[in-house]
Amino acid sequence: MEMLTNILAATVVAGTPLLLVALGELICERSGILNLGQEGMMLMGAVAGFVAALSSGSLLVGLVAAMAAGVAMSMFFGFMAITLAANQYAAGLALTIFGTGLSAFVGAGFVGESIDGFTRVAIPVLSDIPVLGRVLFDQDPLVYVSFVACAGVAFFIRRTRGGLVLRAVGEDPDAANANGLKVQAVRYMAVAFGGGMAGLAGAYLSLAYTPMWTENMTAGRGWIALALVVFATWRPGRLLLGAYLFGAASILHLVLQGLGWNSPTELLAMLPYVVTILMLVLLSWDPARTRLNTPLSLGQPYRPSH
Amino acid sequence: MLQLERRPVDSSLMRWASPVLALVLTVITGFILFLAMGKDPVEGLRFFFITPISDLIGLAELGLKMAPLLLCAAGLTVCYRARIWNIGAEGHFLMGALGASAVAVQFVDADAFWVLPLVLLTGVLAGVLWAAIAAGLKTHLHCNEILTTIMLNYIALNFLLYAVHGPLKDPYGFGFPQSVMFGDSALLPALIPGTRLHIGLAFGLLAAVAVWVMFARSFIGFQLNVIGQDHRAADFAGFSARRLTWFAFLVGGATAGLAGASEVTGPIGQLVPQVSPGYGYTAIIVVFLGRMHALGIIAASALLALTFLGGEMLQIAMNMPKAVTGLFQGLLLFYLLTCDALIHYRVRFKRRAREANVMTPTTAAREA
Repeated sequence: MEMLTNILAATVVAGTPLLLVALGELICERSGILNLGQEGMMLMGAVAGFVAALSSGSLLVGLVAAMAAGVAMSMFFGFMAITLAANQYAAGLALTIFGTGLSAFVGAGFVGESIDGFTRVAIPVLSDIPVLGRVLFDQDPLVYVSFVACAGVAFFIRRTRGGLVLRAVGEDPDAANANGLKVQAVRYMAVAFGGGMAGLAGAYLSLAYTPMWTENMTAGRGWIALALVVFATWRPGRLLLGAYLFGAASILHLVLQGLGWNSPTELLAMLPYVVTILMLVLLSWDPARTRLNTPLSLGQPYRPSH
Repeated sequence: MLQLERRPVDSSLMRWASPVLALVLTVITGFILFLAMGKDPVEGLRFFFITPISDLIGLAELGLKMAPLLLCAAGLTVCYRARIWNIGAEGHFLMGALGASAVAVQFVDADAFWVLPLVLLTGVLAGVLWAAIAAGLKTHLHCNEILTTIMLNYIALNFLLYAVHGPLKDPYGFGFPQSVMFGDSALLPALIPGTRLHIGLAFGLLAAVAVWVMFARSFIGFQLNVIGQDHRAADFAGFSARRLTWFAFLVGGATAGLAGASEVTGPIGQLVPQVSPGYGYTAIIVVFLGRMHALGIIAASALLALTFLGGEMLQIAMNMPKAVTGLFQGLLLFYLLTCDALIHYRVRFKRRAREANVMTPTTAAREA
């Protein structure tokens, strides 16, 4: 029982950065913009958060810096993909290549430094619930932030006027424009939100998950998040489930080693990526269903015609 | 305020001027970057762009780095022309290197002419098989090729790490994760005696020319172009998207696999974990910078090969982090995409609203 609780708690921790970055991408894609630069923005968030927290001594400053770095990166992408109507695939890839290089460049002097990262804060009463209490309510503060963010995104999309505008812009930018909505502005805001969340997710890695900076420490989580959004068919609730599923896959090698199952670590480290492919296979099986759920204008550049 | 105005006809001048403009902007940004870091910018740029290729050895090293980039980019060109966004060249490359090494270590003492062809062929085959996974996932299971090829890159890297830490590890390697050194019969011959430049560069140039001929002359090249430019037209013409997708992926896998095999049988001579400094990813930039044109990618691969050499040079001479390579590469792609907007748009300074109104009919008339 104790071990199950530990595994579940570790699953939530491993799933949290995925959930944070995927929530940002979900909003972004709902506006019709496909940003493949998640990996680059996460890396920039991770390095900016770490450097800022280390030099200021404040984790909160680190978080703000990480989100600012993510937003700044996303604006490069937004300028190309929205204002210049560039190919979104290419622009997103450019963002990842640039972010990978820049983060390694900025962080080169900080490799090997360590920091006192976020620690667990038990929520009174709730954390006393058997099993689930320890899994969900005895975690670091950013895990709680991810819960709130997930609920907030779900509420925003389904229940608010802003969510309606977002969906309208993503489904049919021409009609949205004809109705007086500012398509480009909405898309910029969605992209910025995506950048902020990716920065936060990066900071989770460098300030909570493993409180340090190493080159390429995201290890493909930004890409997995993109698959997650497809998996969730652009719905926040399913995103939460998916994130923990992938979280479980990424700690599976630790669990198996704990059980005395001696497999080479390199082969076990493949698991999250293999699981991602399997998930894509399962979900893409029926192309008609995927098409039905995809925001209609996803990946297509739009320029107002007047 | 700056405003973009759609050109009536895409500018063919900008199509070729944009990469040059992007390079100029990258150099300017580099200049500012060096200043900001308190380094001498002129010296920095000289170390990055000129010093590495100022002698024969340096030029040979440039060719050495060009070879894998050119091979990977040639295959990716075939994919991207057909709008198949294969990001998997890195994975194909790693599997090619792994496959070639697995065979090469079996024949360390063999002295036969067939060893090298066999080793290279295995590398090609490994790359092809790895690409076939992504092709099958796309054509039969409708999976997004961007995501599957990225995941396959990570899986390939872990396979390679497993191999050099496990089955292929040199038992007398003092615990280093690396294979035994290959025998002489498994090594590529040198292209220029006295340098490390090997025949891999010739493979790359051949591949680029082959791709050029394919798109200029062959029916399958024509089909790939059509499907890339207008999917519906290709459907009407009865071109099989499935067959073309397989073709593009397999060509991509073969060239990148050969690149991986050439790398381990060329300058390295054994399998090591860091066999690729990201050639497969850099090749993506090469393809875009080379305008998806076979001759363009030859020039682009030379430039990006230089970023690897320049990065190493700055690391040694000016104590800069090696990541400066990735930084310059990213900047270059960024500026390229930004400048590419000038192909479709021209920049206008927006005057006051009244004047803009007067101008509108004239522009409209001109466009009509």
